[in-house]
Amino acid sequence: MPQMTMIEAIRDALDVKMSQDPDVLVFGEDVGYFGGVFRCTAGLQEKHGLHRCFDTPISEGGIVGIAIGMASNGLRPVAEIQFADYIYPAYDQIASEAARLRYRSNGDFTAPLTIRTPVGGGIYGGTTHSQSPEALFTHISGLKTVIPSNPYDAKGLLITAIEDNDPVLFLEPKRLYNGPFDGDPHKPALNWKKHELGEVPAGHYTVPFEKARMIAEGDDVTILAYGTMVWVADAVVKEMGIKADVIDLRSLLPLDLDTIVESVKKTGRCVILHEATRTSGFGAELSSLVQEHCFYHLEAPIQRVTGWDTPYPHAQEWAYFPGPKRVKRAVKAVLKGA
Amino acid sequence: MGQTPNSTENIDKTPASAASKKPNQSKLFVPEPPFRPGDTPDYSHISVPSNHTPVRPDPLCDAHDTVEHALKLIRVLRFNGENAGPWKTDLSLEKKLEALEIMMRTRAMDERMFTMQRQGKMSFYMKSTGEEAVSVGHALALRDDDMTFPTYRQQGILIARGASMKEMMCQVLSNSGDPLDGKSIPVLYSFKKHGFFSISGNLGTQLIQGVGWAMAEAYKNTDGIASVFTGEGATAEGDFHYALNFASTYRAPCIINVVNNQWAISSFQGIAAGRGETFAARGTGYGLATLRVDGNDILAVYAATQWAAERARGGGGATVIEHYTYRAEGHSTSDDPSKYRAENEGDVWPFGDPIQRLKTHLIYMGAWDDERHAALAETLKKEVRETFKEAEAMGSVANSTQLPDSTMFEQVYETEPSHLREQRQMFNEELG
Repeated sequence: MPQMTMIEAIRDALDVKMSQDPDVLVFGEDVGYFGGVFRCTAGLQEKHGLHRCFDTPISEGGIVGIAIGMASNGLRPVAEIQFADYIYPAYDQIASEAARLRYRSNGDFTAPLTIRTPVGGGIYGGTTHSQSPEALFTHISGLKTVIPSNPYDAKGLLITAIEDNDPVLFLEPKRLYNGPFDGDPHKPALNWKKHELGEVPAGHYTVPFEKARMIAEGDDVTILAYGTMVWVADAVVKEMGIKADVIDLRSLLPLDLDTIVESVKKTGRCVILHEATRTSGFGAELSSLVQEHCFYHLEAPIQRVTGWDTPYPHAQEWAYFPGPKRVKRAVKAVLKGA
Repeated sequence: MGQTPNSTENIDKTPASAASKKPNQSKLFVPEPPFRPGDTPDYSHISVPSNHTPVRPDPLCDAHDTVEHALKLIRVLRFNGENAGPWKTDLSLEKKLEALEIMMRTRAMDERMFTMQRQGKMSFYMKSTGEEAVSVGHALALRDDDMTFPTYRQQGILIARGASMKEMMCQVLSNSGDPLDGKSIPVLYSFKKHGFFSISGNLGTQLIQGVGWAMAEAYKNTDGIASVFTGEGATAEGDFHYALNFASTYRAPCIINVVNNQWAISSFQGIAAGRGETFAARGTGYGLATLRVDGNDILAVYAATQWAAERARGGGGATVIEHYTYRAEGHSTSDDPSKYRAENEGDVWPFGDPIQRLKTHLIYMGAWDDERHAALAETLKKEVRETFKEAEAMGSVANSTQLPDSTMFEQVYETEPSHLREQRQMFNEELG
């Protein structure tokens, strides 16, 4: 089986769909000839033609706007926003239009489009190259929001997104583009080519939405994570030598609540991780759902380890990023008295 | 200072507050409309061009050949009823009579719905009075399968394309006959089968979507085009800029219509930067063909649309058309225009009323008269009244909409995700 980085897996998913379906178009800033600032679309224009993969003006609202028009006219556009930090000019088109079109027209018009965008920190990206705005999108009914943590899922989820008849926001943790990252910047960088989840089947396959992935299993505690934080959790669990369910949510909306509830009922303890800021973050929704569904099984208060409620700083990168030290502390806190 | 605030001399001669300080030359300028409530409106400063109509260039001309068209005004119908000039249309008499009937039907429906809103049958309504020529003339010049991306004031397109008035009324009433199952507020229609894109409350958004639709037509190698609309007020939205930029960059086969009816609710068009330059002229800077038409002249609207459609279908790209008209009535049933503009402003608007203008032309042609006109108006009034009765029998927000509440959970997604399934159960337990 071929080994791929997440970049290559994303490119492969686009290539597979573009080869299968002439209605799939790929566009965004620097996406065409140059192949994208992260190389995710490299070679696609050359292989599939100028019409199929092209550069756009620097206009996020315009990029998503044309995607909606194309999607409602029968195409399956895959639009790229260069950084999630720059998605806000398109927020009106996403929230008011793409997500509502099916509903407000009662199914008369639909918007089967995918918006790909790199998210997350851990790269010294500062305030405008590190954000994790997922909670601003999971709050929008009619939109689906997914986030892979490895090459295998990235390809399978992206193919699912492109084939889905609803608008999908596809968040790509840029810290994981080349290899897994456990939150320790002093360790040598790893590459997906030596990781089992870097094994990516050639051709078409899908990873379903609303289905979480168990990264590790155990009875002590449930850790809910997605994106880069999955690998921070995995490393902490291994280092602490505890038995934990590490659940990679993969799809935030729709959410695989059954897997979460089953796990917390088993362990009685829950730690929630995300890079995004704490207040009104997606962790608040997760915490609330666990509390509602698992109240009588909880042995300790639910813990959230998140980014601080500040803009993402530059110099203070590792004091901001919710790294292994903070995760360990939270896990210890919920295990106290166990 | 005892001087009138709009005296420019006052501004120029105000002494600098301190001798050591340089006078501020950049006074904050806030445009004001020429007339406010209590004023006697006088539009004699607006010139009504009669014999200097710009030439009709080849539709596939260089965009720059239309620069002057953005500054002048294409007119066909003279006030005496004559049909003249280089944009004179070849529309048959039969078609013109049909156009008159569609405009009159649109107005009759608007009148009835406004009254019914006042009687509490529906929550809201928006009339298009005075602007019927824009939507009807435009629709008649397009193919029925060309997708239009309307605002909330182009109901004439639906009437022109033969949409069921009963279905439209059911949408406004949000009842069991509403194709949208009560999901949208009145007037935000969606009729894919009539090439009428789902209307959103968010202004400007449809402009760039229409450009995307047109790009898809070009990609698929069809000869379909898209026609997108905005009022002059919403040209200030970023989406208008996106639309012009993308339409120009990708030579999208579309028409970008700015319906300049002078008013965005209470704000006159000068607040949308319409004071110094025409709205059509916006297109010039993007390298797009531009036309500015008398929007109360249905033959001019028809001719300009036909030209722009031919250009788009022929690979010439997009055209910006400014339809110069006047919003004769309030913005909506929630608006009282007497609070911000002179009362009889619409009556003295120098371009008249679009229905009257076409009527005069048809009488001039010997094909129409006052009796037939009055009879048609009466017939349409009756037709609208009867249709409304049929629609109202299917429910209204005034009594029962006859719509099951559970429909609100439908069409959020193609298939219902588990969290919505759970909320539907909660709803049934709590309120069922």
